[in-house]
This record gives sequence, C-alpha cells and structure tokens, in this order.
Amino acid sequence: MSSSRPGMNDRHTPMIAFATASIASAAPSGTTVRRPARRRRPVLPGFGTTAAITSLVIGFLVVVPLAVLVARAASLGAAGFIAAAWTDRARAAYGVSLGASLLAAAASTLLGLVVAWVLARVPFPGRRLLDAFVDVPLALPTAVAGLVYSSLYVKQGWLGAWLVPLGVHGAYSYLGIVLVLVFVSLPFTVRVVQPVIESLDRDAEEAALILGASRSQTFWRVIAPAIAPALATGFAMALARALGEYGSVVFISGNMPFKTEIAPVLIVARLEEFAYAEATAIAVVLLAMSLSLLVVINVLQHKLSRNAVGAEK
Amino acid sequence: MNAGNRSPVNASTPADIAARRLLVAAAVGIVGLLIVVPLASVFQAALAAGLSGWWAALAHDPDTRHAIWLSLTVAPVAVAVNVVFGVAAAWLVARFRFPGRNLLVSLFDVPFSVSPVVAGLALVLIFGRQGLLGPTLAWLDWKVIFAWPGLVLATTFVTLPLVVRELVPVLEATGSDEELAAVTLGANGWQVFTRVTLPNIRWALLHGIVLANARALGEFGAVYVVSGHIAGATDTMPLRVEKLFQEYRTPASMAVASVLAGLALVSLVAKFVIERRLDAEQRELEAARAVGEAT
Repeated sequence: MSSSRPGMNDRHTPMIAFATASIASAAPSGTTVRRPARRRRPVLPGFGTTAAITSLVIGFLVVVPLAVLVARAASLGAAGFIAAAWTDRARAAYGVSLGASLLAAAASTLLGLVVAWVLARVPFPGRRLLDAFVDVPLALPTAVAGLVYSSLYVKQGWLGAWLVPLGVHGAYSYLGIVLVLVFVSLPFTVRVVQPVIESLDRDAEEAALILGASRSQTFWRVIAPAIAPALATGFAMALARALGEYGSVVFISGNMPFKTEIAPVLIVARLEEFAYAEATAIAVVLLAMSLSLLVVINVLQHKLSRNAVGAEK
Repeated sequence: MNAGNRSPVNASTPADIAARRLLVAAAVGIVGLLIVVPLASVFQAALAAGLSGWWAALAHDPDTRHAIWLSLTVAPVAVAVNVVFGVAAAWLVARFRFPGRNLLVSLFDVPFSVSPVVAGLALVLIFGRQGLLGPTLAWLDWKVIFAWPGLVLATTFVTLPLVVRELVPVLEATGSDEELAAVTLGANGWQVFTRVTLPNIRWALLHGIVLANARALGEFGAVYVVSGHIAGATDTMPLRVEKLFQEYRTPASMAVASVLAGLALVSLVAKFVIERRLDAEQRELEAARAVGEAT
C-alpha cells in the first residue's frame, strides 16, 4: 500500500541531509503528468517562477562560490597548487582529519547500531526519552559540544577526574577529537539504521531459529546482510560529517600542528595569516574528499531505497 | 505476545532476558555518556555561580548582549530565505520533470557535505577585500565580509537543504490531484498554493523551519570564517562562547553556552510536537488511500 512512497522514513531522519536518493528515486513514481515540458505546457502553474528562484539561490550560494574556490586554486598552476596543498603540515592535517574521522565513523556506526537496535526492538520504560536524546547533537551548537566536552575530560572535569588518573586524556588530544566527532555523528548512524531494523522481516529470523540456527548464526546470516547497506550508508554519512566538522574540534583538540590539527583548523589558521593561496588549495583538497563521499553516499542510498522497495513487495 | 507462545523467537530464556538487559544498559550508557552527561554539565557549570552570577555573565557584558542580539537578527533572515527557496525548490522538483532535475536535487545536498569552513572561505574569495567582487563592493561602500550580510550568507548556505528536504517527500506523498482540480476550477497559481498546497505542507514546513532555525543559531565554522570575529560587532552567540573560552572566562562562556543549549532543547520539543502532527496526518492520508483502493 505504501510501497511507492519513498519519503516515508524521512520524517525520522530530518537532518540527515544526504538522502538525495529518497528524492531522486521518487522521480519515476512521481504523480505529475509525465514529461510535460516538451510536448505541451505543464498543467500546474509555477514552473517558471520556482525554477528562477531555485536556480538563483543555488547558483548564487552554492555553484558560484564553489566554482570560484576551484578556479582560485586552479590559477595557482599545478606546481603552485601542490606546493600549497601538499606541505608537511598540510599532509599531517589531512592525516589527522582522515584518521580521526574514520575512527569516529567506525565507533559511531557500532554504537549507533546498539542504540538503534534497542530503540527498534527492545521495549523498556524510558525508551521514548532515549529516542529523544539521540537528536540532541543535531540541535546543540557544535561550539557548545566542544566547550562542554573539553571541560568534562580535563583533570578537574566530571569524567576527567576518573579517567586522567588512568592515563586517559580525553581533552586536548587525538582521543578528544574522536570523542566529539562521535558525538556529532551519532544521530546520523542511529537514524539511518533504526528504520531498517524496524522494517526487518521477523519471519525470516524465526524461520532461521526454527531450522536450528543459533542466535549468532541468525544474526550473521539473516540480520547482518539485511542491515549492511544501512550501516554502510550511516558510516559514510558519519564520515562526511566528521571530515568537515570544525566548531567542536577547535575547543577540544588543542590544535597542535602535526599532532592534533585537522584540515579545517589549518585552513582557518592560514586564512588568519592572509595566506589565501594555501588556504584555498587545502580547502579544494577537503572539498574533493567531501564531494566524492557525497557520490558514494548517493550510490549507497539508491541501493538502500531499492532494497526497501524490494522488501515491501 | 502471549505467554503460551512456544515460538523460539518469543521464548524468553533467562539468557535472553540477560542479553536484552545488557543491550538496554549499553544503549543507555552510550547515550548517557555521550549526550546526557555533557548536556547536564552545561547547565550545571553555567549555574555554578548561582542564578545571579549566570544573569550577570549574560546581561552585564555588552559584547555578550550584542552577540545574543546579533544571533537573533541573523537567524530569522537566513530562515526566511530558506522558506522561500525551500518552497520554490520543492515545488519545482516534486511537481515537474525536466532535464537536469537529478543534478539539481544533488546540488541541494552539497551544503551539508561541504565543510562549513570551506564554504566560508569560498564566500571570502568572492566578497572579501581581495575577492572577486571586492573592488566593486569597496566602490559601493558595501561591507559583506566581516559584517552582517556575510553572516547571513554563510548561515543561509549551511541551512539551505533543511526546508527543501522536509517538503519534497510530503509533496510527493500528497500528489497533485487536488492542485490539478483547483487549476481546472479556475484557481490561479497563488490561490492553488495558499488554499491547497500550503495547508497540506504546513507541518512539514514548520518542521523545516525549526530545524533550520536551530542550525542557524548554532552555526560556527562558516560564520567564524566570514565574521572576522570582532567582539561587539560580528560575534554571534557561538563565536562569543569561543572567545570567552579563549580568554579563560569559562563561567561566562558556559553561561552563553547554556542559553544556546536551552534554545536547542526548545527546538527539540517543538520538533517532537510537530512530528506527532505529521505522523497523524500521514496516517490519515494512508487511511484515505486505503478507502480509495477498496472502492
């Protein structure tokens, strides 16, 4: 009945921005007159006006600025670009950015799976409250997150008081970067995986159990393949979010070049020294990473929505 | 689930109950440590000096007062642009098929995957003193970067996908039958929108506004780059939090942070209420469709 409605789960993943597929995949099942533009005028009004507003805003705010950024970097020439984008300090920053983001995305996917599983499957008092708290990182300004995390994990902080004596430094360290990145990316992984777990076919699990599979066999052979695309999508979204994150990391990382300096922090540092060429070159490298991730996410999401439609049929 | 059910899935052996309890404990532990404890500690730290200390930190510092005021003037403008763009773009994408549509839809999501710092830098390269339009703006005596318009541009950029993304699925789900009927009966475009479409999408629109507003109030990276970080002039609330922190005035910083956290909680409550309305409407729509299919 509702199989042709790809937007169904979007309600619960409101800020998860990358679900292009859910919009794009709606195209074939759209309810409007097909191909109205060529042969006759569309019946519904407003094509011209809305097209004008949309292209104006997207052009002015998204396409032109990013094109100018790339053009500015291209004007450096190949040698100039490499000299600016591939310094020792910049390479170290890409390394920290990528490494911490990968670690955080992996942790976020694993922790997100546990939370999503409990929210989808295990009824207990307080489940709705838990569900509501998962959205907090989407609404809480990242600067507040960075500030409070750094204050929690220093020696005088609530958690640092326990952890620092054990040798665990969660503030002004690499671990600190990973911690805040897990915080900002957790809602993405939970909200992608949760609807998929909710829609899992329990009959298949039951059949596996009746046929004598153990719980772990059922998990690995029946459940894991079904949620794998969602986990991959969640991981990619978390990675994209983590790679670009700035506000929370500046507070907690200590921003030490070669150790805890991420690429966005280096861009800002160069900008404040008026080293525009270098800032631009590093920004283009970061932009290339984000845009290729966006492509990966779109492909994954297409797969995910196809699976969802297939499961409902 | 009835007690006599012998199905292995519903059988609750002591091991299953233990496993379930462990899972719940793990989930509560994860959300508690990562989210609840930090959130609680913002308010605890902000109120450590008592309510009067909190109030003094906010109200007796002119730069902080200005930052609050600035945030409250930048966010609504960015949200307003988002509403106009979001409604137009969603209508375009949900109601018409045209070449380049898929590319356009992909472009909607770009602001989310691009680092806010990169976005801020791109704006500086256009509107900054040494930027593409720098000389023209200088001649016009318009300040964009290090000024209010730059803050609005940067905030609008980072919030751009939020409203569209809410509206497209709802428009797709409701379909265009009612709108086509209105057109056939002689309504003009504006009438169709205000009398037919808007009532259908109002909760989704409100949802998008709440999300965009929350993001706009909290934006840091993009705004940091374009603002120049001038206390009492271009510092928004999140930037003020950072500046106070850098000046080792952590209690004051926490006080501003607590205002932001409070606003975030208000947004979440609003979001929760709106989502219940949206769910109710979705159920109505489904019921109506079921009736339609049955007849």
